[in-house]
Amino acid sequence: MASAVLLRAAVALVGRFPALAGVDLVVAPGEVVVLEGPNGAGKTSVLRACAGLLPITAGEVEVLGHDLRRDRVGVRRQVGLLGHDAALYDDLTVIENLRFAVRAGTPAGRRTRAASAVSDVDAALERLGLVGRLRRTPAGRLSAGQRRRVALAALVARRPALWLLDEPHAAFDAEGRTLLDDVVRHAAGAGAAVIMASHEPEASSPLADRIVTMVGGRVSADRQATTSATADSSPLNPAIGPGGLYVA
Amino acid sequence: MWRDSVLVAGKDLRIEARSRVVLNQVAPFGLVVLVLFAFALGPNPASLTDAAPGLFWVSVLFATVLAVQRSVAVESAEGRDGLRLSGLDPAGVFLGKTLAVAAELAALEVVLAIGVVLLYGVVVHSVWALVVACVAGTIGLAAAGTLYGALAGGLRVRETLLPFLLLPVVAPVLVAGTRAWQSALGSGAAAGGSGDPWLRLLCVFAAVYLALGVLIFGPLQEAS
Repeated sequence: MASAVLLRAAVALVGRFPALAGVDLVVAPGEVVVLEGPNGAGKTSVLRACAGLLPITAGEVEVLGHDLRRDRVGVRRQVGLLGHDAALYDDLTVIENLRFAVRAGTPAGRRTRAASAVSDVDAALERLGLVGRLRRTPAGRLSAGQRRRVALAALVARRPALWLLDEPHAAFDAEGRTLLDDVVRHAAGAGAAVIMASHEPEASSPLADRIVTMVGGRVSADRQATTSATADSSPLNPAIGPGGLYVA
Repeated sequence: MWRDSVLVAGKDLRIEARSRVVLNQVAPFGLVVLVLFAFALGPNPASLTDAAPGLFWVSVLFATVLAVQRSVAVESAEGRDGLRLSGLDPAGVFLGKTLAVAAELAALEVVLAIGVVLLYGVVVHSVWALVVACVAGTIGLAAAGTLYGALAGGLRVRETLLPFLLLPVVAPVLVAGTRAWQSALGSGAAAGGSGDPWLRLLCVFAAVYLALGVLIFGPLQEAS
């Protein structure tokens, strides 16, 4: 099966600083990969590089069949990035934010797809528990966790082929974390590749097929996890703990 | 491109309709500029009438800086990434943001024009020339402002850098707009002359910056 993400000796500079100093990473469709490592290890840079936001100066990067060294723009409609900030427009309501995100991600001239995108928004809002008055609430009045839910709902509605989640569990309460885990499992089950950068292995590991450790802009370890993203696991399930997840 | 521009313009105008920054802050600012200059020039009706076109366009220029800064500010750093990730045509984003800024400036110019008539006691000889000058000048200002807003957008010093970059660039609009208005109002240095060359200059300025923006907004967005 062709890989969704292929990085070989990928180097990316932020100014003169090598944010990625020769990263090797392969992610298959339907696979959930968790990136772990200390601050500044390059986890977010990997996500931004895969989204075509961070230019690669050396090495090889192919994402969803797009060679990002030649064209960083073509892949973007197929990629969903959940960053540290929810990137919402504070003066627009929840539903307006989502409609804009989904319409912007819908190629022009496809009326049928645009119509179904509107229903996708409603379904995504319901799935993330953003119902009732919350739908009409300006994003600026939401809590951090609610904003994160809206950003996640935008990804659910857009259905990208590659999910890039940066510290996805941050700001979520227990219910939100369960919803997030369900969404990730569902996306992976539907064939999307998922890469998560996380400082919370106890939260993200139950979702992982593989756990990749990064240090200093490089991959220092790449291990299979013992549970699958599509398995019936949950961070709230006491039977599954981080200690039993890794293959040595 | 057109569909993307309508989408972005609709979003920016909806944000303005909710926040009312231009209505509640920029428009009063423009009127305050007119009033302060009226005090500075004194009660002589002739000097007020002569200065009215220039003061109108100076107020519009200052308001343009504020409107463009607001247009840049509604996109956070991650919001700009969001726009890039959405796959929207950069030319469409440029035209949409230009359209939204132009619409806000047009509304502002109506308020300022009324202020000029009431405060400075000017008599309009050619309404169509005033309207053409405003339309072409507004499009040119919005296009240049959006372009330079994208240039400064990713910088920490954008609030102070933007006026420094933008005001010299839009000086032709100030000069041509003032001359066209002098001709239309029959006041000042260009009174009695034809305003057509100045109107043509405003149209050329708008066309050049629209074309430039469509071509280079994408690379600018990526670079910033």
